[in-house]
Amino acid sequence: MPITSQPRHLLSRYDVTVVGAGPAGLSAAVAAREQGAERILMVDRDPEPGGILLQCIHSGFGLHEFKQDVTGPEYAHLALERVIEQDVDVLTNTYVTDVTRDLRVKLMSPEAGISTLDTGSLVIATGARERTRAAIKIPGERPAGVMTAGLAQKMVNLHGYLPGRRAVILGSGDIGLIMARRLTLEGVQVLGVFELLPFASGLGRNVVQCLQDFDIPLHLSTTVVDIHGHQRVERIAVAPVDDDLVPQLDKSWDIECDTLLLSIGLIPDAELARQLQLNLDPRTGGPVVTSTMETSLPGVFAAGNNLHINDLADWVSQEARAAGAAAGDVALGRHRARQDVTVTPGRNVAYVVPHTLSTERSQTVSFRVKQPIYGDTMLHLGDAHKRKVRAVVPPEMVTMKVSPKLLDGFAGDTLRVDAIPVEEEES
Amino acid sequence: MGDDRVWDVLIIGGGAVGATLARALSRFHLDVALLEWQAEVAFGVSKANSGIVHSAMHASPDTLKGKLEYPGNLGWRQLHDELGFGLNNVGEVLVALDDEQLVRIEEIRQQGIRKGIPGTQAWTAERTLDAQPNLTREVKGAVWAPTACVFNPYEAVMLVADAARRNGVTIAEEQRVVGIDPPDAEDPDAPLTVRTETDVWRGRFVVNAAGLFADDIAEFAGVRDFKILPRKGEEYLLDKRLSGIVTSIIFPCPSPISKGTLVNPTVDGTIMVGPTAQTVDDKFDTSTTEEGAAQVFTNARKLVPTISERDIIAEFAGLRPVSDTEDFIVGPTDRRGFINAAGIQSPGLTGAPALADLLVDILADEGLELDEKDHWDPTAPHPVKFNQLPTEEQQALARRDPRYAHLICRCEIITEAEVRDAMDRGAHTLDGLKFRTRVGMGRCQGGFCTWGCMQLLAEHQGITIPEVTKRGTGTWIVCDRDDHPVTTARNGG
Ligand SMILES: Cc1cc2nc3c(=O)[nH]c(=O)nc-3n(C[C@H](O)[C@H](O)[C@H](O)COP(=O)(O)OP(=O)(O)OC[C@H]3O[C@@H](n4cnc5c(N)ncnc54)[C@H](O)[C@@H]3O)c2cc1C
Repeated sequence: MPITSQPRHLLSRYDVTVVGAGPAGLSAAVAAREQGAERILMVDRDPEPGGILLQCIHSGFGLHEFKQDVTGPEYAHLALERVIEQDVDVLTNTYVTDVTRDLRVKLMSPEAGISTLDTGSLVIATGARERTRAAIKIPGERPAGVMTAGLAQKMVNLHGYLPGRRAVILGSGDIGLIMARRLTLEGVQVLGVFELLPFASGLGRNVVQCLQDFDIPLHLSTTVVDIHGHQRVERIAVAPVDDDLVPQLDKSWDIECDTLLLSIGLIPDAELARQLQLNLDPRTGGPVVTSTMETSLPGVFAAGNNLHINDLADWVSQEARAAGAAAGDVALGRHRARQDVTVTPGRNVAYVVPHTLSTERSQTVSFRVKQPIYGDTMLHLGDAHKRKVRAVVPPEMVTMKVSPKLLDGFAGDTLRVDAIPVEEEES
Repeated sequence: MGDDRVWDVLIIGGGAVGATLARALSRFHLDVALLEWQAEVAFGVSKANSGIVHSAMHASPDTLKGKLEYPGNLGWRQLHDELGFGLNNVGEVLVALDDEQLVRIEEIRQQGIRKGIPGTQAWTAERTLDAQPNLTREVKGAVWAPTACVFNPYEAVMLVADAARRNGVTIAEEQRVVGIDPPDAEDPDAPLTVRTETDVWRGRFVVNAAGLFADDIAEFAGVRDFKILPRKGEEYLLDKRLSGIVTSIIFPCPSPISKGTLVNPTVDGTIMVGPTAQTVDDKFDTSTTEEGAAQVFTNARKLVPTISERDIIAEFAGLRPVSDTEDFIVGPTDRRGFINAAGIQSPGLTGAPALADLLVDILADEGLELDEKDHWDPTAPHPVKFNQLPTEEQQALARRDPRYAHLICRCEIITEAEVRDAMDRGAHTLDGLKFRTRVGMGRCQGGFCTWGCMQLLAEHQGITIPEVTKRGTGTWIVCDRDDHPVTTARNGG
């Protein structure tokens, strides 16, 4: 199927413009259309829609959204089919470089040149970028061969090149775990995955399926303390860390390798958010949003990893549907749901999205815990709601469905989200 | 090269000194080649420094570096007009924090006046804080020197080398000089034979502009009268958020041994603090250290109290090629035809264009005939800085060449056309592209643009993707898949 059908001519005004055609953008565009908005534009910088899914050639996607276990590109394809059924203008190879606060969008593409258009509402679905060596200041030399895991994934899966022959992976994020397996299958020696924290930061199923099944060692509470090599990486030094995460250099050891992959976390791509001067949440790195994912600038919505880092594409699609539908409503001038309840992270909660709730509609609250709790855990939404779950761990996002009924009588309040071991509750 | 060709001048080293000399010589009918060890020019000391064209009031007029400073300052401004690299005339504020320092900075100002530096002013504390409100309240007064500029030293040196090439100079990279043959006893006028790892070059004159390694090159020529003692300087770049916290180069009152820690805006709008000054043994030791950072930030906070380590976004260290005489070593040597331009420490960058003119005079004195070309072009098309243009101009460019509408680097807004232009001017490695255009210097540090750049580099040079390097031999980025047997998981998954 040709999936890069460029619109014959760009309109000068759209109801809804969606920036980014990953799972968030694809889902938001469809939802906006289903809501009745007519002129919808979706823009992506890559030659094909799909975003980061296109380089995720492993399976495990779609169980919730499509009720089948598919690979990343297949997921993208299924999501794109929904877009193509609708009448959405899809523009690829195109960058949105600027958006002004009165929602004038500047686009650049080799096919269409540089143009500007106006939009009724805007959905930012530009995804995330990877944290780099600069973010964690690994001391040592600066040879070639230090690469983020996501860039390595792109090199291997999309372009057919290997990042090296003997690799060490720093950080146990999902991309790093997936790449440990991928590289092993490609014949690269993966000498180990090193994680600063006492627990893996990727999903449990990935630790089992990508490391344990391939006998790749995972060293917890251990980090890289030095990089050697004038030209290409020749050797790295790793060391255990103490309880304050300070490396114990006297216990360090060297590993000969030519490649160091970094899987040390994703950060929302807040470039447009910053340009638009949106209020940002320092905990997520993404914008502050209402229950319909509307940011502090009316008419601008955020969805996907650019709002907060998700662990599953399926969650992204669902969350973006709310954003897209509301973007459609706003473009059509419909009533906005009141945002009359505030939520904030409380005990053992790293962040909560969205930041406000409405007593007028149903919504989902998503959050991440700071420390794992490997037993019965009580989740609280202030005094409005509580729910018991079996366990919570930082890599896995926790969600709570919140109906208007639950919020009855809490209008104007601030609700704290807590995740507490059940035994502590009872004592 | 391998043939019998005899060059009029061989320049060893493609830093600020080598490149400005190459360009100065390019106006004459001469065969000139510049031999550079690294994959591209400006990958040595001239890449990692404060990037300041000094006001020229600091160095004593009794030293050679003091003499070259102001003409060098004027030289860079002219080169900026001719070639279009980034240079901002931001000026210098030299700050006194007590009465003793007030006296000292006025002495420096008077020295500047004697050297002919125009426009300096003595400022009261009030006037100083008016101009730079984020300075410490402790300031007692300052000297204002409008002549100081900030620039992109690597971009400047790369464009100067390119201008030399356009005017006929051969720029030969990955040519590490490993030896110079002894003089021919029969024929003392015979050209010098310079050997690199791969080639042999013969030149009537050889200029040693090899920066940190100038003592090794001099040894090869049998000249053993100085040593280069690398003096490390660590520099820290702060988040763009702090842009504007100071708008000129802020100098502390210098001590007898060092100019001290500066706080300055860069051409790209970030704030830089540094450098340290520490003598090291290893000419490759460009590591940054915790002690270095602590020292830089303690000192910087004495000038601008709100500056914090937390805002560091990048750091690097450079090594000043300091000679054991502490001054520049410039001139002919006992070895006929072999001329030194060594020990070029700070303000070596500033002085380089004037040093180049001086070297031309020295070469003439030594017998090089200078016959000016009729059609020497001092200018070159200025590189387009797309992200700094208004939308209408961007649109006009994109209509002419759609590659101006193809973004390669999102963080810095760099287009395919700019990357291609940089390659046409000699960039052939990822670092070469980065330093010329800023691709990959932004927030994502190349996560997005690396592949696009690699494709363009491969296409432009007719090489394969695995042959593309970060900065030359040995710095490969990816390799080909092997036909490895596929490993399977224990449980078949
Ligand atoms: C931290 C720091 C901050 C500074 N700040 C300033 C400032 O703000 N303003 C200022 O004016 N000055 C400053 N300086 C000083 C300035 O950077 C130097 O004086 C200047 O760059 C020296 O230029 P160069 O051409 O002599 O050396 P280089 O740039 O090092 O050039 C020498 C070249 O020779 C090549 N080479 C070496 N050996 C061989 C060989 N065997 N064969 C072939 N090629 C070889 C090298 O690869 C190199 O490219 C600073 C220095 C440091 C370290």
